[in-house]
Amino acid sequence: MNGAFQIPTMAEMMAQGKQPEVLFWVGCAGSFDDRAKKITKAFAKLLHQAKVNFAVLGTEESCTGDPAKRSGNEFLYQMQAFMNIQVLDGYGIKKIVTTCPHCFNTLKNEYPELGGNYEVVHHTQFLKSLLNEGRLKVAGGKFKGKRITFHDPCYLGRANNEYEAPRELLHKLEVELIEMKRCKSRGLCCGAGGAQMFKEPEKGDKDINVERTEEAIGTNSTIIAAGCPFCNTMLTDGVKAMEKEDTVQVFDIAEMIANADDL
Amino acid sequence: MAYLPNIVFFLALVFGIGYFARNIRKVIRNIKLGKEVAASDHTSQRWSNVFRIALGQSKMVKRPVAGLLHIIVYLGFIIINIEVLEIIIDGLLGTHRIFAALGSFYGILIGIFELLAVLVFISVIVFWIRRNVLKLQRFWKPEMTSWPKNDANFILYFEMILMTFFLIMNATDVHFQELNQGNWVSKHIAEWFRNAPETTLHLIERTAWWLHILGILIFLNYLYFSKHLHILLAFPNVYYGKIAPKGKFKNLESVTNEVKLMMDPSVDPYAAPAEGTENPAKFGASDVMDLSRTQLLNAYTCTECGRCTSECPANQTGKKLSPRKIMMDTRDRLEEVGKNWDKNGGFQADGKQLLDDYITREELWACTTCNACTEACPVSIDPLSIILDMRQYLVMEQSAAPNELNVMMTNIENNAAPWPFNQMDRANWINEL
Repeated sequence: MNGAFQIPTMAEMMAQGKQPEVLFWVGCAGSFDDRAKKITKAFAKLLHQAKVNFAVLGTEESCTGDPAKRSGNEFLYQMQAFMNIQVLDGYGIKKIVTTCPHCFNTLKNEYPELGGNYEVVHHTQFLKSLLNEGRLKVAGGKFKGKRITFHDPCYLGRANNEYEAPRELLHKLEVELIEMKRCKSRGLCCGAGGAQMFKEPEKGDKDINVERTEEAIGTNSTIIAAGCPFCNTMLTDGVKAMEKEDTVQVFDIAEMIANADDL
Repeated sequence: MAYLPNIVFFLALVFGIGYFARNIRKVIRNIKLGKEVAASDHTSQRWSNVFRIALGQSKMVKRPVAGLLHIIVYLGFIIINIEVLEIIIDGLLGTHRIFAALGSFYGILIGIFELLAVLVFISVIVFWIRRNVLKLQRFWKPEMTSWPKNDANFILYFEMILMTFFLIMNATDVHFQELNQGNWVSKHIAEWFRNAPETTLHLIERTAWWLHILGILIFLNYLYFSKHLHILLAFPNVYYGKIAPKGKFKNLESVTNEVKLMMDPSVDPYAAPAEGTENPAKFGASDVMDLSRTQLLNAYTCTECGRCTSECPANQTGKKLSPRKIMMDTRDRLEEVGKNWDKNGGFQADGKQLLDDYITREELWACTTCNACTEACPVSIDPLSIILDMRQYLVMEQSAAPNELNVMMTNIENNAAPWPFNQMDRANWINEL
């Protein structure tokens, strides 16, 4: 067991007759992928630091069905959706925060028609509101003045029109934000969306993640900030492909905030 | 015989508009081959989109150079059409410049038309240069050969010619030049004809007048065969465009029913379907008839500008996928189905479909669903929805997903995650804190 703090599951909460302020939907990448787990932990630390009363579903969490739906398997997606809605409704969940824009989009936009109605926010939006409420302090720390570029996740940006929350957090970190030419609504995909994460790309003359990483590195930034575990993987791979891992790092914004003052 | 020109004009007008109406009815018939869509929601949002995006060209100016030039041509098209109204009245009644009765206001009106005509002419030349001399990448993609390439240039030539006739018509109109009102541009052109006798001038003026109006009628009828239909269809297309957040893909209702049955413990698994129950609808789309009317309207509206393709991450990295080609293929196939319908009085199976015969699987599987194409489209076309519908057909009707995706989906079924990890290990990270 961890010594720092406890993260209750919904089952434990319910057993104690408690209801959390918000459910942290971790997502598959955040649960299993070693790199993405670091984002999960960083965000959990921030929630703890801000004294947010939160819980996770733990072993009761399941894929939202996003990659199945985007592959064309509507059956599997809806099976997942109905099962998840049963679990969420069973616990009377009202508000969900997630570090994955794909989970965010599916829970927020596609579940309501199937009967799952929740207030769903992306972790950058949630951190921003914690900041505004004065529950969380963000200071530049070791990122102050550093050249940093931000890669817009498609499913946060274009898909849901959220471009400002992550940028506001970066602003609070007092970084020098260098925008790529293709940013915000014209941001280039990392190459993982639409279930591409799970397959080899079609024949072409370049991998999308390399194209995007080249653009990011072209800004002469030392850090590429991201807001999606899949973008994070794709860009990290891109940095490796360009053999720049000694000079350029890819971080989730939650990690940057948590690391700014070495939580 | 004095009425001969009036009669000829009348016949030209009736034939020109009549033939166009006939073809437009075909377009509507073809669009109706698609599935009905509910779009009675969000009426005010839809009208606001029409005003902002279609009338206001708000998305065109995202690319300022092309956007500005396009606005000039667009304004020219709309405003100069007031002049066409006068031409039609003159032609039918045998009058000459009937609106001249408006006095000095007429002068200002014509002056503005002339100015716009010159601006349109210049803009169209710049368009031509961008396309043929600067060879902007998006105009030279593999789908932009033969007809699509020629079509684009024909439209530009048409516009150049129409503007030229309009200016010459004004320049050689002796009375109009004598009035010296509103001939802001044509008076300079009139200089070239200074030494010509009045009868020659009159002949040139009449010829230009006739060619201008006949040109317009021909251009009108050309629309149906061309990508240029967008000048009309952009408006309904934007109205019927997606209102929901871009990330929201529609839930298939037919699947919802099946899934609910599957998850209902009280359902008898051996029950035979009740008498008269229809077979469940085909899942996804393999041909144009499986698509929605909005998607088919999208196909007719596409003017092949290629902004979608130039923003597409797959296309930018050399994959075969081009969202523009998805729209062009959909229209080509729909036209083919429409002709089949005309010939046989109904659709006869022709052994072809949109999938494979037009759009390959390689294209469909290259999409990252990033919505760059739908964001880029100035008239709210949604190529992504067609890609998704066709993927649904491949997966749910044919089980023909790429193997790696089948592995991913099996993992979701078995472990509730796209990777082969045990669901019981989901919360292990908590202990690693």
